[in-house]
Amino acid sequence: MSGGSSSLGNVSRISALIVDDDPVIRKLHSAMLKSLGIQFQLAVNGKEAVDLYRSGANIHIVFMDMEMPVMNGMEATKELRAMGVSSIIVGVSSRCSDEEREEFISAGLDHCYAKPLTVAKIKSLLEGIKY
Amino acid sequence: MDRNHLLRQVAYMKNSLFDQGYLDREQFTQLEELQDDANPNFVEEIVTLYYNDSARLIQNMEQTLVNRPIDFVRLEEILHQFKGSSSSIGAKKVNDACTQLKEYCSAENTEGCSRTLQLVKQEHAVLRTRLETYFQMVREAG
Repeated sequence: MSGGSSSLGNVSRISALIVDDDPVIRKLHSAMLKSLGIQFQLAVNGKEAVDLYRSGANIHIVFMDMEMPVMNGMEATKELRAMGVSSIIVGVSSRCSDEEREEFISAGLDHCYAKPLTVAKIKSLLEGIKY
Repeated sequence: MDRNHLLRQVAYMKNSLFDQGYLDREQFTQLEELQDDANPNFVEEIVTLYYNDSARLIQNMEQTLVNRPIDFVRLEEILHQFKGSSSSIGAKKVNDACTQLKEYCSAENTEGCSRTLQLVKQEHAVLRTRLETYFQMVREAG
């Protein structure tokens, strides 16, 4: 693992996946990752995210929306964990109730944040990713 | 009109949008911070994307209120997505109107939903006009 003065290390080796059916959120979070020099892919629903992993994608961190058509974030997170995926999965949702948040976390998330994310929040999540 | 004057006008217009509650200062500033040489028109692009996508969501919400029986669950789902998008660009008054609509939706109050959806549409349209003028000024300032 590379070290160096930056806690993010060699960020160009980090790969991310943004899973959201909202094109505005996808564009916003893409721009944030781009500003941090992170490579990323996009999926418009949970099924696309699962299919990416099945096709062998190597992803360090997933930003998973909760509500999406075809396969929502909870279902996708459960599926990925059942497949043995150990990537960091960050739930991103505008659902505010503790109950909804807890239900999403219990699906297998590492973290859950309100959308939209901020660059600072993403940066803190990326620190310490081992690759 | 010299560039400095135009830049001052741009700043004035932006501060007016914040002070009058149309835009959330923190969120809109975050959009501007993502704009750079590689993405010189990012703010205008994401706002344009928002208006293109949100028109569809508003239409879908209107349709739910026309159908009988009214599917308030579906209305809330669409509203939820619309509110998420609106938050992303810092559309503060739009979001406030959405909060009101959500309350009427939860109460399954048809008349309240119809009335507040009109308010959402109104705030959505007013912000669009204000932002179009703002971006025009930004382009003129160079």
